[in-house]
Amino acid sequence: MNSHSLPSYPTQWTRYSSGQRLLRFALYLLFIAAIVQSARTVDVIPEFLYDAPEQMADLLHRMWPIDWASFQGDISRALIETLHMATLGTLLSVVLAVPVGLLAANNLTPNRGLNMLARFILVSSRSINSLVWALLFIAIFGPGAVAGTMAIAFRSIGFVGKLLGEAIEEAQPGPVEALTATGASLSSVIQYGYWPQIRPAFWSIVLLRWDINVRESAVLGLVGAGGIGMALNSAMDLFQWDRVALILVLIFAIVILAEIIITRSRRHLL
Amino acid sequence: MANVGAPAKTDSVPFALSWKARAGGILVVIYAIYASTQLGFSWSRFQSGIDLGARFLSRLFPPSIERLDVLWQGIAESLEIAVLASTLGILLSLPISLLGARNLMPAWATWPSRAIVALCRALHPVIVAIIFVKAVGFGALAGVLALTVASIGFIGKLFTEAIEEISLKQVEAVRASGASFANVIVFAVMPQVFARFVGFSTYQLDSNLRNSTMVGIVGAGGIGGTLFSAFQRFDYDFVCTILLTIIAIIMAGEILARMVRAILLDNASISDLLRRKPQRLKDEPGEDA
Repeated sequence: MNSHSLPSYPTQWTRYSSGQRLLRFALYLLFIAAIVQSARTVDVIPEFLYDAPEQMADLLHRMWPIDWASFQGDISRALIETLHMATLGTLLSVVLAVPVGLLAANNLTPNRGLNMLARFILVSSRSINSLVWALLFIAIFGPGAVAGTMAIAFRSIGFVGKLLGEAIEEAQPGPVEALTATGASLSSVIQYGYWPQIRPAFWSIVLLRWDINVRESAVLGLVGAGGIGMALNSAMDLFQWDRVALILVLIFAIVILAEIIITRSRRHLL
Repeated sequence: MANVGAPAKTDSVPFALSWKARAGGILVVIYAIYASTQLGFSWSRFQSGIDLGARFLSRLFPPSIERLDVLWQGIAESLEIAVLASTLGILLSLPISLLGARNLMPAWATWPSRAIVALCRALHPVIVAIIFVKAVGFGALAGVLALTVASIGFIGKLFTEAIEEISLKQVEAVRASGASFANVIVFAVMPQVFARFVGFSTYQLDSNLRNSTMVGIVGAGGIGGTLFSAFQRFDYDFVCTILLTIIAIIMAGEILARMVRAILLDNASISDLLRRKPQRLKDEPGEDA
């Protein structure tokens, strides 16, 4: 009947068009080139590699009777300090990130310029690793837990603000419009229109970030920003491997503890 | 009828906070004050910090461009570490996560591989790097191994979960046709999880790129060592150069990751890549970044 109007389809089925295939091929080539180039030029000293098992055995041997006795005093204090750093840093980051998150959400702040500014703050906070933030704050506040707390707070702004902004953007406009129609002020709109909708997301973001911060705060001491990492660093510098073993076990323990707390409070709060 | 518009006077605030929420808020404030005294926060320190911060910022600029060869050497090593660690991590986590999937494997196979993944996830990459520095000496190899461990922990966990979520109908269909075990994996399991696997892998490549600039702080190769020593020698203008380079590389890495996802998952052609920027971020877990 209407055979004249059919366009000419290819007779053979191909999964990808030639352009797609070319692009895939280029990508694979790029991967292989990068891997080969890296493997060729990376600096590996074979002698070090051969005695790695020996060194590892030596390390474990030196670590073995774990120095439980040294837990009292410095190390327990450092452990508490680590937890304080993580918690206070998270609190501070929430206080700092909420305004940025509100500004980053396009439905709450319908201003492209402010959105871009807020996003820029969030991206720069996330692009800099927490260890680098720690180094920067050590240059400002001097070594110690203050620098570590500030580093954690500033590193977390990006994470909390980004996820919070996304949660606000996903909020249903219905309740917000209803409130706006009654002439509610901006703070009321946020408090009664947005907050009930983003509350579960908010708590899970904060808890998740706290969990990450507990892990990270254990490392910050390596550059001198306080916490258990400092004890780890000094124990390694003095080759007290049995103390190092104790500290590693403790870090492992608080990571597990944090995970348990997270699971419990998630059930409670959400 | 005269004052319909005026609000009715009530004593209670609507939707007032429960006493539990109030108590929680007060506790948080008390804790914050207590913890900040414990950690040595004080107003005088803050004020002197502002002065020092201003001086520090003025010394960051202008960035130094004197030792570009040192910079390039460190950056190249960081990139090599990231590429090799991602490759090794992806290759190793594939079999581990296949073995760890409870819906495909018996319990004696899933337990060991789940334990490996949990162990790899437990410690921060920098701490793992310390252990590898002791085992294989200073240099890039320790960084590669540390980040490989981190990659196995991350991809292994998420990929195991992805495999456990597949639909078993296709597996049964392929098995019913008399396919071997390898065929079941290749034709029934992999097509269902390939997209997510690419998502996790590109995310991990991105994250390895960030971490490869850090492991140098403990002597595991890359630009981190250069950065740390520049900090210790108060070469703040060189620090600024390094930081700007790292940020540029991370942004380039993000663009690359997005392109990889567009090409492999959305079957983008060249014109698609030039026309629009596809946003496929749903598979990315929000961790670390």
